[in-house]
Amino acid sequence: MSDASNNPLVEFRDVSFSHAAASAPVISHLNFSVQQGETLVLLGESGCGKTTTLKLINRLLSPTSGEVMVEGKSTAAWDPIRLRRRTGYVIQEGGLFPHFNVKRNVGLVPSLEGWDEARTNNRVDELLRIVGLEPADFARRYPGELSGGQRQRVGVARALAAEPPLLLLDEPFGALDPLTRASLQRQFVDLTRRLKKTAVFVTHDVREALLVGSHIGLMHKGQLLLLETPENFLKSKNEQALAYIETLDLAPADSHPAEGRA
Amino acid sequence: MSFFHFLQQNWTELLQRLNEHLWLVFISTLIAIAIGIPTGILLTRKKSLRGPILGIANVMQTIPSLALFGFLIPLPFIGGIGARTAIVALVLYSLLPIIRNTVTGILGVDPNVHEAAVAMGMTGSQVLWKVELPLAMSVIITGVRVALVIAIGVATIAAAVGAGGLGVFIFRGIRQFDNNQLLAGAVPAALLALTADFGLGLVENHFSVNRRRGAVTSSARKKLTVGAATAVAIAIITALYVGSRGSRSHPSVAQSARVVVGSKDFTESALLGEIVAQMLEARGVSVERQFELGGNLPHDALLVGKIDLYPEYTGTAYTAILKHAPITDPRAVYEQVKQEYADKFKVAVSEPLGFDNTFAILVRGAEARQLKLKTISDAVPYARNWRAGFGQDFMTRADGYPGFAEAYQLKLKERPREMDLSLTYIALASGKVDLIAGNSTEGRIAALDLIQLEDDRHYFPPYEGVYLVRQDSLTRMAALNEVLSKLAHAISTDEMRQLNYEVDANKRGQADVVRDWLKRKGL
Repeated sequence: MSDASNNPLVEFRDVSFSHAAASAPVISHLNFSVQQGETLVLLGESGCGKTTTLKLINRLLSPTSGEVMVEGKSTAAWDPIRLRRRTGYVIQEGGLFPHFNVKRNVGLVPSLEGWDEARTNNRVDELLRIVGLEPADFARRYPGELSGGQRQRVGVARALAAEPPLLLLDEPFGALDPLTRASLQRQFVDLTRRLKKTAVFVTHDVREALLVGSHIGLMHKGQLLLLETPENFLKSKNEQALAYIETLDLAPADSHPAEGRA
Repeated sequence: MSFFHFLQQNWTELLQRLNEHLWLVFISTLIAIAIGIPTGILLTRKKSLRGPILGIANVMQTIPSLALFGFLIPLPFIGGIGARTAIVALVLYSLLPIIRNTVTGILGVDPNVHEAAVAMGMTGSQVLWKVELPLAMSVIITGVRVALVIAIGVATIAAAVGAGGLGVFIFRGIRQFDNNQLLAGAVPAALLALTADFGLGLVENHFSVNRRRGAVTSSARKKLTVGAATAVAIAIITALYVGSRGSRSHPSVAQSARVVVGSKDFTESALLGEIVAQMLEARGVSVERQFELGGNLPHDALLVGKIDLYPEYTGTAYTAILKHAPITDPRAVYEQVKQEYADKFKVAVSEPLGFDNTFAILVRGAEARQLKLKTISDAVPYARNWRAGFGQDFMTRADGYPGFAEAYQLKLKERPREMDLSLTYIALASGKVDLIAGNSTEGRIAALDLIQLEDDRHYFPPYEGVYLVRQDSLTRMAALNEVLSKLAHAISTDEMRQLNYEVDANKRGQADVVRDWLKRKGL
C-alpha cells in the first residue's frame, strides 16, 4: 500500500473463503497487504466478510483458495498456536474469561508463554496503566464487576500482553455508549502510535474508521472495493463509499447509533 | 416398641447399614463421574455420537432396578451377587444426568469466550481445562447432584441382591409389618438424600454465583473455598473409612474352601439358610451368607455358581422353574424335580425337610367359628359377599387364583385385590378383606387368630421345603452332605411356623432363633 517496502506484516494473495465447498463464497479474491505500523480498518455492513477476513489472519479460519501471509510466511505453514500468541485479538465486549480476574485475564498469554510470575505481574500492571485502569483498584476484580468500557480496556490490555507485533480487533467498541466509545477510540489511536503497533480493525462505523485508520478498506459482498487513506477515502467517487460519506452529514458525531446496519 | 427405643437397640446395625449405603453410593457416583464427564466431553466434540449415546443412557434409566439386577447376575466380571452388582446398576442409573449436564454445560459456554480462548493461542486441552470445564462446572455439578440423589434412592434396592445398605431395613420392615424397621431404613435414606442435595447445592453455588457475576468479595470467596474444601475432605475421609469397612464385609464370591449359602428375601428362607450356615460353621466350615435375594435371583445365582445352595420349595421348582402344570402328589413332584435338576442344571435336591409351605386359604377365626367353617368348600356359599386380597404372585401363577376359583366354583363380591403378600395378613385381620391366600408356615397365622381352611378338593400342589445344592459343591465339601442328611424330615410345619413367629412377631434375631432351635434339636 504505502511506501515501497517489500516486507508487509500481513498479505492476502488472491484469497477466497466459503463455509462449504458448494456454498457461495463469503469472500472472493482478496488481495491487499498491511505494512508495519499501519492500522487498516475494514469497513462494511454486516455480512460483507470483514470478520471472516480478520479470522483468516490468525487462522481461526483457513482460506478455501489463495494464501494469507503473516510475517512473510503462509498461515498454513504457521503452527496455529504460535501464530495466535503473536497476534493480539480483541472482540466486542472483550471476550473476557468470566471466571478469571482482571490480572489473570491480562496475564493469560504471558503465562501460557511461560513467563515467570514477577515478569507477568509487572507486565500486567504496566498494561493496566497504559489502558487507564489503576492496578491496585482493578487487578483483583472479575469481569462481572466492571463496566462495559472497563471490560473493553481490559480486552485491549490482554491483547497487548505478550507484545504481539500484530493486533486484530473485531468491532471492539461496538457495544459501548457514544461517550465511552469516543474516548476509547482516541486512546486507541494514541496507543497504537506510541507503541508502533500494526493493527487490522473491523467496524461498520465510518466515523470510527476515519478516526482510527491509517488506511480504510471498504468491503462489500465479500470483495474489497477500495483501499485508501482516510483523506482519499473522503474524495472517493465509489458508490458505496459515497453512501457512507453521506451518513456523516446526516448525524452529529456522538449520537450515531452503534448498530448502523445498512 | 417406640421408634427411638428401636434405634437405640439397633444402633450398631443402623450404622453398619448406613456405612454400606454410603459406600455403595460413593463408589458408584465416583465411577459414574469418571465415565460420565469424559463421555460428555467426547459428545461435545463428536456431534454424531450425541444422539445414540444419550439415547442409550436414557434407556438405562427406564429399566426397573430389580429387572436390571436380574439381568446383571449371570454376567461375568460385572455381575454376581453383592456390592459389585449393585454398584454396576447404580453407575448405569447415574450416568445420564452426568453425561447430559456435561454436554449442556460445555455447549453452553459463551461462544465469544470460547473464540477468545482459541484466538489467545490456547491449545485444545488448555481450552478444555482452563475455560470450558471451569465455566461448565456448576452445570456439571448439578448433574452430579441429581445422580447422587438418584443413587441414594436406588441403593435401597441393592438389598435385594445382597449388597446390604439401608434397604435391608426397608425390605425387612415391609415383610415383617414392622414400621420401626421400615423407618429405620427410610428416614436415614431420605436424610442422606437431603444432605447430599443441600451440600452439593452449596458447591454448585460456589461455582456459579461468585465466579460469574463477581458478586462476592474475595475474602468471602476464600471462606467459601475453605468451607467447600473442608466439606469435601470430610466426605472423602468418611467414605474411605466407610469403604474400608464396606469392602471387608463384601468379599467377592467364593471359589475356595468356603460355602456360599443363599436364601430368598423372606424370613423363612433366610431362617433355612441360617440353619445350614450355622451347622456348617459348627463343623469348622467358613460360610458366606447371601440372604434376601429377590425374585429368581437365587436360582440364577446357583446356576452360575455365585452361591452353593439355597432353600427352595418343590412346588416352586416344579411349576415356576421347570414350567410344569401343577400336580398334587408330593412324591411325584419331588422325584420329577430331583431328576430334572440333576439332568438340566447339575443341581442336587436334598431330602424333604419335613414341612409343606403350600398356599393356605385363610379367614378370620371369629368368622370361622361363627359360621362353622372347616374346609374351603364350606366357605364358598358365603364368599359371594366377601372380598379377597391376594399377593401379585398368587394372582398370576399356574397354581394360583384362576384355577383355584374354577376348582371350587368360587365367586367373590368383586375382583380380588392384588397387593403385597405380606400385607394381606393384616388386611384380613383388620377386616379390609375377608379371605386371603397366605403361606401355611406363616408365623402369625395363630397370633392374628386366623384359620386355615382345609383344601378338601386337593387343588394346591405340594410345596415341600428342600435345599438345592450344586453337585460340584457337594463333592468339594463333605460336611455339606452330612449337614443336609441330618436335616432330612427334621422340621415339621408347626416348627417352621414357630420359627417364623419368633422372628416376625417376637422380633428376635434370625441367628438367635436358629441357635436355640439347633440346641433344642441336638443338631
